[in-house]
Amino acid sequence: MGMTTAQKIFAAHLVDEPFAGTKVLGIDVVMCHEITTPIAIADLMARGKDRVFDNTKIKAVIDHVTPSKDSKTATQAKMLRDWARRHDIKDFFDIGANGVCHALFPEKGFIRPGNTVIMGDSHTCTHGAFGAFAAGVGTTDLEVGILKGVCAFREPKTIRINLNGTLPKGVYAKDAILRVIGELTVNGATDRVIEFGGPIVDAMTMESRMTLCNMAIEAGGTSGICAPDRVTVDYLWPFISDSFASKEAAVAEYSKWASDADAEYDKVIDLDLSDLAPLCTFGYKPDQVKSIDEMAGQPVDQVYLGSCTNGRLEDLRVAAQILKGKKIAPTVRGILSPATPQIYKDAVAEGLIQIFMDAGFCVTNPTCGACLGMSNGVLAEGEVCASTTNRNFMGRMGKGGMVHLLSPATAAASAIEGKLADPRKYL
Amino acid sequence: MKTFGGPALFLDRSDINTDEIIPAKYLTEITKEDLKPYLLEDLKLPGFDPKSDKTFGAGAVVTRANFGCGSSREHAPWVFEVNGINVVIAQSFARIFRQNMFNCGMAAIELSPEKIDQLFSYAGAADATIEVDVANTTLTIKGGGREESMQFEISPFDKALVLAGGWVDYADSKY
Repeated sequence: MGMTTAQKIFAAHLVDEPFAGTKVLGIDVVMCHEITTPIAIADLMARGKDRVFDNTKIKAVIDHVTPSKDSKTATQAKMLRDWARRHDIKDFFDIGANGVCHALFPEKGFIRPGNTVIMGDSHTCTHGAFGAFAAGVGTTDLEVGILKGVCAFREPKTIRINLNGTLPKGVYAKDAILRVIGELTVNGATDRVIEFGGPIVDAMTMESRMTLCNMAIEAGGTSGICAPDRVTVDYLWPFISDSFASKEAAVAEYSKWASDADAEYDKVIDLDLSDLAPLCTFGYKPDQVKSIDEMAGQPVDQVYLGSCTNGRLEDLRVAAQILKGKKIAPTVRGILSPATPQIYKDAVAEGLIQIFMDAGFCVTNPTCGACLGMSNGVLAEGEVCASTTNRNFMGRMGKGGMVHLLSPATAAASAIEGKLADPRKYL
Repeated sequence: MKTFGGPALFLDRSDINTDEIIPAKYLTEITKEDLKPYLLEDLKLPGFDPKSDKTFGAGAVVTRANFGCGSSREHAPWVFEVNGINVVIAQSFARIFRQNMFNCGMAAIELSPEKIDQLFSYAGAADATIEVDVANTTLTIKGGGREESMQFEISPFDKALVLAGGWVDYADSKY
């Protein structure tokens, strides 16, 4: 019997199996941010275990609230900063160099096919786009990861999702993943890895694959995974060109992590997305999804474009294409947070930031801020936000606020009209 | 060995998420104790008052499916821990929340929908109390003059974490 990508990664990283069904894995990359890591650092210090297992395998960033908004967040940032200096963490990203973790770390080339990756952040599943097993964990797992370089998981089962056909105009990876979550429901993939494949995924950029994998957790999934291929190698080439004689050699090497043709899946779901319309959530759970046709016309107070889901350059390009030469509705606040400094710079160079600002958007520094209601765009009671983020829980972006999840294109169209709007008429 | 359970708090809804258990704005706290006043602050549920003595006097939570979905924040188990709640009983849990509970040496117990319904039949009793014996995997509920016990299943690894007092000590002694 063949193996899935996740099974292969588990087999290659197995350190211990203390009990049947529990696998303790060696971890290749432990990622840290300033919200969930300082308390792990404080606990390690209190236990007299202020050590790190490998300062080259730990990556850290201040991203959730940056620049710090008050004394408490300044203290959190300082704790992470002091710890990174104390242990000589080479890859530490502070003000001026910091961006949203799940956009920044891939951009720096930290993730390779076949890696194991953990972080104290539920959207760590994003990194599965590279053919890695990447999972969000709590602070205690993070603490053990920092200290020992290991983490325990149950043996994963895999749900295979085949995205067939071709995406129609105006329909993007965000719409595809909302469709998948609608299919699986919010806990349909609990204790499962969601493996994305099929012609639509094969044709996707790494940015789009990251958008897909980013929201695997919204169906309860431990991780999302895409098979490494030529697209993966093209993305990673600046970082791996010294290690391989050619891109073909890299593709051949990395393809060993793809699932075998006869791998056993928990479930296989085929979805033809050729007729998919742009989608939008309507409630407080990410599986409450409707077509934009049904949602259009509902007023919004704020449009937010950014986050680890959709703050990448291709997202900004799509939205700018729609916004070019237009003004957003006077009743709407438009906020753009490019996800990393590089994306910001590229967006300036391409003239995208000019388009956003001319349209009336406020452009912030790279940060997670608004997505989880921590800073930079919190909603007031009763306000509604059309957002390219990943979670629409009640009060997520501020107590009493409502969030509609949608693609960057649909967000841009909604900003122009001041209400949920179909992007296809602007393309 | 420490005891698990106490006065039962019934939360009759599925998909209760980590934002409802502890809103993100409190993630700026850097000690577990500081989270204490904010237990379930944003949970809107008919008949549930997050600020009541019943909420803060609870020792065990009984709820429905997919409890703890959303964020990886361990602040969710911690806000229970610092308020004396060390066991949550549900039809199912989100993976990260469930692991966080065991990693902290607390118990996340999954029961069939029928058994969960049985527990909810005690929801009207003001004195409903749950005791959990992790070593013997038995759970007892008392209230309104009634009492019953049931068995539950827990993975050997999760049990070992609870008995070891959590994952840090377990891992540091073993790896």
